Amino acid sequence: MAKAATGPRAGIKTDTATKNGSGKPLDSLTEKRQSADFPDVDKAIAEYNARKDSQLAAIKKTDKELLRKMLYEMVLSRRFEEKCAEVYRMGKIGGFCHLYIGQEAIGVGAMLALEPTDMVVTSYRDHAQAMIKGISPGSVMAELYGKATGCVGGKGGSMHMFSKEHEFYGGHGIVGGQIPVGTGMAYAAKYKNTGQVALCFFGEAAVNQGSFHESLNMAQLWKLPCIYICENNQYGMGTSQERAMSIRSIAKKGEAYGMANEFVDGMDVMAVREATLRAVERARKDGSPTLLEVRAYRYMGHSMSDPGNYRTRDEIAKYQERDPIVLFKDSLQEAGVLAEKDYEAIEAEVKDVVEKAAQFAEESPLPDTSELLTHVYA
Amino acid sequence: MAILTIRDALNQALREELIRDENVFIMGEEVAEYDGAYKVTRGLWKEFGDKRVVDSPITELGFAGLGVGAAMAGLRPVIEFMTWNFSILASDQIINNAAKMLYMSGGQFKVPIVFRGPNGSAYQVSSQHSQALEAFYGNFPGLKVLMPSTAADAKGLLKSAIRDDNPVVFMEQERMYGLKGEVPEGDDFTIPLGVADVKREGKDCTIVARSMTVPLALQAAERIQEEFDVSCEVIDPRTIKPLDIDTIVDSIKKTNRLVIAEESHEFASVGAEITYQVMDHAFDYLDAPIKRISTAETPMPYAKNLEELALPSVDKIVAAVRQVSYL
Ligand SMILES: Cc1ncc(C[n+]2csc(CCOP(=O)(O)OP(=O)(O)O)c2C)c(N)n1
Ligand SMILES: [Mg+2]
Repeated sequence: MAKAATGPRAGIKTDTATKNGSGKPLDSLTEKRQSADFPDVDKAIAEYNARKDSQLAAIKKTDKELLRKMLYEMVLSRRFEEKCAEVYRMGKIGGFCHLYIGQEAIGVGAMLALEPTDMVVTSYRDHAQAMIKGISPGSVMAELYGKATGCVGGKGGSMHMFSKEHEFYGGHGIVGGQIPVGTGMAYAAKYKNTGQVALCFFGEAAVNQGSFHESLNMAQLWKLPCIYICENNQYGMGTSQERAMSIRSIAKKGEAYGMANEFVDGMDVMAVREATLRAVERARKDGSPTLLEVRAYRYMGHSMSDPGNYRTRDEIAKYQERDPIVLFKDSLQEAGVLAEKDYEAIEAEVKDVVEKAAQFAEESPLPDTSELLTHVYA
Repeated sequence: MAILTIRDALNQALREELIRDENVFIMGEEVAEYDGAYKVTRGLWKEFGDKRVVDSPITELGFAGLGVGAAMAGLRPVIEFMTWNFSILASDQIINNAAKMLYMSGGQFKVPIVFRGPNGSAYQVSSQHSQALEAFYGNFPGLKVLMPSTAADAKGLLKSAIRDDNPVVFMEQERMYGLKGEVPEGDDFTIPLGVADVKREGKDCTIVARSMTVPLALQAAERIQEEFDVSCEVIDPRTIKPLDIDTIVDSIKKTNRLVIAEESHEFASVGAEITYQVMDHAFDYLDAPIKRISTAETPMPYAKNLEELALPSVDKIVAAVRQVSYL
């Protein structure tokens, strides 16, 4: 079987020693977490098995070409990000670099449930999402290299992919900053009666910003066709969700605003797709917004400069057992719509695309220095 | 004297003040268990525990405001912003509350709080993560604004800031955390706020620099000395507000020329303020128009070549000194 999961990187702590100055053990949730046996993974496995039949049924009624595209985009996301890690270490990419590995099912499941004319806005963890929305791998990689051929001409870098042509409203660097922006995109769609929906991605730590709460209130109050997708990868940098949030369920927060909400298994691309389709239907029918909490797991460090000392190898390995690419590939095979050689063909095609993207980026010119002063004003 | 990095000097200052005053506590994102995003608070959580060193959710407006209330009620919070860019979310609490409280309450409520973190550019972190905000905060009465450029200044000023009864905006620079310098021994070492420092003596041209532009100005001064035999005096105000204009004016009376080097954008910058004050106090002493080097009037681009072009540099400072010296 081809390699689908990526192993953890260096520096992961395996001991649990955390004491404060007074010598007393800290009443720290991290400590509890490090010694717990991940009941949420076991629960997710049980739930997954329980809905397996309906998942296979959903697969069978989905267009085969689309299923192949979903798998292709997931594999492309993974391999592209692995390449980013490789060239980042060679100094080809500067600044921050936040990888999407482990979260592929969310971007693919959600965005391939949209029409191309629908709008998407996201955070700095945006390389894969930009490609899934249609921006070419070459222009994303060239942007990472800071080249003139990048999707924003080298001005934005890793955190700021944009494409008007693809209705991709950007990667945004301020945690929570894109949530009101997504709300405004939906406002414009409703105002102009275009029938578009806006899809707004953000991390679970962004839910603690006021911008999340202010946005949900307005969206529900004014019935805006916005789909809020919280990508709960369980960490905001080195802080686990439970160390930063007073309750565990993010989906439930929708209820405070009277908003439709669902908790979704972010390792199951079909589950993400089905939940998004339901949200899209609500949005197109009467403009109702939806909050989806999609739980996945961030395999890599927060960014390329994060050594990851706040979690154990065991924890990472446990979540990697439910790798979204492996789960989907297995289901497609079980449903009889994918043969091993089809998967190998996808891997081969992706390998080529990623290599060409890197080569294109490498060979592209730097932006002309006259570009420094352009685009400050319209 | 010990040789310390700016990072470790800041860490020492925090540690000593945590020991000195039990009302001092540190709060911010990743300051505790992660040891700080830039390791300025390394080891402090292990030593002082959950009560004194607190990891906050990503909720800048919330924890900055919490700090203001805690300060009004008798504590001395040190609030870390992972970078000053994120303080913009909290600027309501800093500007509308911290800066105004003493005045609005007719002198009844002091707000002894320090807001600190790295300011300015880092390494290709692009538009939303590269902003130098000293002029923005400097514009509001009630806030003191500090920008150290050496390890000793970092330590001495941070200790004074924590002991000060006013809200202090304390701005570090990510590119400078690893710079080493001598730091006086002893936990009673402090540097008074509002006093500039002459980082290099000279007689032909004054360069006023702060934070990241201080090492650049010192390098430029060396080059100009060698290549043109022009001797530059480099002044670091260290405190942007209140500004020690006297030290700058005294220098200009000697050199009759002024170059200002700063990392912020030029429009309505601290350099613009210094220019006005110099005109007000020393117009007759100037032999050439003042030159200013700032960051280009654009959001920071990501591409390496464009970022370099946008930022102040040794070359740009040398060129400015030549210009005011008619060389
Ligand atoms: C307002 C703001 N505060 C802090 C940061 C620094 N920062 C960048 S990402 C991040 C963690 C965000 O976590 P989450 O929202 O869960 O998204 P994830 O990175 O897990 O995708 C932090 C603290 C920032 N960019 N913006
Ligand atoms: Mg997260």
